[in-house]
Amino acid sequence: MTEILKRKKPLSVNPLKASSTLGASLAFLGLRRAIPMMHGSQGCTAFGKVFFVRHFREPIPLQTTAMDHVATVMSSDENVIEGLRTLCDKNHPDVIGLPTTGLSETQGTDIQRLIREFRAHYPQFEQTAIVPVNTPDFSGSLESGFAQAVDAIIETLVPVSSHVGRRRRQVNVLASAALTPGDIEVIRDWCEDFGLRAVMLPDLGDSLDGHLIEAEHTPLTLGGTQREEIAAMGESIATLVIGASLNNAANTLRSRTGVPDFRFDHLMGLDACDQFIQTLAGLADAAVPAKIERQRAQLQDAMVDAHFMTGFLRVALAGEPDLLAGMGALLTGCGAEIVAAVSPIMADVLNRLPVAQVHIGDLQDLEETACSHAAQLLIGSSHAVQSAERLEIPLLRAGFPLYDRLGGFARPWVGYRAARQALFDIANLVLEQHHDTPAYRSVFWSGGPREHEVPLPASQAHPGLVRH
Amino acid sequence: MKASEITALQNEPACSHNKEEKSGCARPKPGATAGGCVFDGAQIALLPIADVAHIVHGPIGCSGSSWDNRGTRSSGPALYRIGMTTDLTEQDVIMGRGEKRLFHAIKQAIDEHAPAAVFVYTTCVTAVIGDDTAAVCQAAQARWGVPVVPVDCAGFYGSKNLGNRIAGETMLKHVIGTREPDPAPYMPGLRVHDVNLIGEYNIAGEFWNVAPLFDELGLRIIGSLSGDARYREIQTMHRAEASMVVCAKALLNVARKLNEKWGVPFFEGSFYGVADTSQALRDFASLLHDGDLADRTEALIAREEAAISAALQPWRERLRGRRVLLYTGGVKSWSIVSALQDLGMDVVATGTKKSTAEDKARIRDLMGDDAIMIDEGSPKALLGAYKDLRADILIAGGRNLYTALKARIPFLDINQEREFGYAGYRGMLELAKQLALTMESPVWEAVRKPAPWANTKLVGLPVGGLLK
Repeated sequence: MTEILKRKKPLSVNPLKASSTLGASLAFLGLRRAIPMMHGSQGCTAFGKVFFVRHFREPIPLQTTAMDHVATVMSSDENVIEGLRTLCDKNHPDVIGLPTTGLSETQGTDIQRLIREFRAHYPQFEQTAIVPVNTPDFSGSLESGFAQAVDAIIETLVPVSSHVGRRRRQVNVLASAALTPGDIEVIRDWCEDFGLRAVMLPDLGDSLDGHLIEAEHTPLTLGGTQREEIAAMGESIATLVIGASLNNAANTLRSRTGVPDFRFDHLMGLDACDQFIQTLAGLADAAVPAKIERQRAQLQDAMVDAHFMTGFLRVALAGEPDLLAGMGALLTGCGAEIVAAVSPIMADVLNRLPVAQVHIGDLQDLEETACSHAAQLLIGSSHAVQSAERLEIPLLRAGFPLYDRLGGFARPWVGYRAARQALFDIANLVLEQHHDTPAYRSVFWSGGPREHEVPLPASQAHPGLVRH
Repeated sequence: MKASEITALQNEPACSHNKEEKSGCARPKPGATAGGCVFDGAQIALLPIADVAHIVHGPIGCSGSSWDNRGTRSSGPALYRIGMTTDLTEQDVIMGRGEKRLFHAIKQAIDEHAPAAVFVYTTCVTAVIGDDTAAVCQAAQARWGVPVVPVDCAGFYGSKNLGNRIAGETMLKHVIGTREPDPAPYMPGLRVHDVNLIGEYNIAGEFWNVAPLFDELGLRIIGSLSGDARYREIQTMHRAEASMVVCAKALLNVARKLNEKWGVPFFEGSFYGVADTSQALRDFASLLHDGDLADRTEALIAREEAAISAALQPWRERLRGRRVLLYTGGVKSWSIVSALQDLGMDVVATGTKKSTAEDKARIRDLMGDDAIMIDEGSPKALLGAYKDLRADILIAGGRNLYTALKARIPFLDINQEREFGYAGYRGMLELAKQLALTMESPVWEAVRKPAPWANTKLVGLPVGGLLK
């Protein structure tokens, strides 16, 4: 059993947490022709926009109800109505996501009622679905806000039905915030390899994978799950739930539709992949394609090759619970030891982590624990760069946000091939970290030509190698 | 903060925007608002003070998505890069424990980092629940003997611009005038003048292009608000003999009040472009009434202009006649125009959304009477203008970066988050290099031409195409 150490400090130093409002917005960005509008001050949205723009290197549609001091004190109801009207009028979105913020929740907003009022005033905009979700930033974090939004999307857009299996080859996939656009592509390909058609919710692999489109500008998401697809989720043969954070959303979907579900904490590493493939083979009643067999064998080969570097490797992890679960399994699956694990929030899945203790905390906690346990490798977001520098150990980037590298947002972690690449990268970081024994300078050299030789530091002795 | 105080701040007699329409003071429009909030603005103005612990008092949304996201650089301490927030929880909000948490948070920051001072930023939620941040700061300062400055900057007060002003006002109220400057070191044969810079943020370290010239002329920067600044320098800004407001209308209140209260004269200028850099140095000399300084300044300008002109010559040949669409706010609209014209480029249109009548007159001086001015900065309008005017490159703020890249257009980032410094004479070289780098890149042709199979029917199978 893992020991959970709760937050004890008054000050959060170098926060690991990103807000639940942000997480909810991200989930909405995985719907087609959608736009999230945060109910709060304009800064909530401006920061969120920059956060996602830097991470995905994409234009991000995000709006705000722009509460000012008058609205904050008197009432912000009109801001919501007016904001919805403006968005419907200007952009005719299929879906507007309406997450609340700390400000509007503290004020005591009732967005459900406001949406009813909006519907009564503006029946002409009934084509646009509006999904409200209560995500004050003083509760939860990005992952939980994302999960709440998925729950709200199901609640709002999936009708209660009993048509399980009407679409014989369709499966639903609920994808948690830990999955990157690259991960979504892997899962979709897998399903197609078995002749199954996957409805991803949300589908960041379609909206934020980073692709040029014919249209040069769109004020809404340029991809994502279509509303009609969501409405037809009740006709699938099964639901595959990736990420423990989505358990509530999965319960909602099952109780509304009766579609049976299969739940996975994560899909990282050999065992998790094996289970998932087994499930797909069962659903499709088909043999595992040779291609997948080969990839599995490649991963096994890589595990053998890399075990010299990953074995006994002391790793410090910082991330949201679902990511920690996946990384924990991948690393311990090849002999590494998790000596520090920090999560921004508590979640049930943390109790199942292969680690003695988990801190609910920030990057300062990570740094302290990593230091006292002499960690050799750090895994975390770009915010962990400074920590890695101070600890003088390499960093493998994962999680949110990733702003100092290209492609991090799209990197797949799920599947045999991605696991193989992750192992290669970890092994290479360990290799680069290798320091030669410092040269010994003989006392007998003094007075001779070798006395004034300048020793090159190890890092310059291997030009072309980039640390971290 | 009281509504009357906000109104007072919005009225800035030294600002040329004050005379006619005041576009900065309109209420934000829900559903159609871009840009940051007061908190964002306050952080932009104060965060570069490098040895201060900057604590954001509120739930995670404000700090969590914004910490360590500025391009500003420090030559020494990096405390400003440590993200600190009280990360309030739901229980804190409901039970009113925010003040207590803040008090202990300040202690933790002082214990762990020994900061020169602590700045506490109020946010929307803490303002609404009525935390008395000022009183907590006062108590903390009395208890631990470190200056603790409350920055009352809840996001809903208004725009980023107002946030800048509030930051300036806070410095005037709590910091400036609380210490006398150290005596200037003796420089044989050189009369040393003490000067201020206001609104210079040392983005990407660009001020270090200019700083050596100040040393050479005997201009000691006793305080900069706030690029590469230290707390104890800000304290002494009242003793300067002259201030320069660098491209920042929002901080005019600081310059004006330094003048009214302590008789420090000021001028507005810019370090972008050869002509403006020279003009800024001349303006210092004339404000300081030092004939010898004026002579030495002219000699330095002649030397530097000759040197940079020679260095730019090969770049001019590559850039000559290339057409630029420029979209920036306010002052930069003309200061960058002159910089680009120095390079022999053809500025086909410039953005004037935030420009005053004066700014527009200067643009006409530079670009001729038929200069095209763009008032609307929507992605669609910019792309339309780019095409209509047959421009070769778009120069704008970072938020338009991916708009341009999606439309397969060369782009140069001119705002806050950029990674290169363009200030001063030497900055022009970097600017020329970056312009050539993007415009001459072969990728543009590669992404514009159609795929070889575009005219065949083999465009792939539709999703689910394998299914019968």
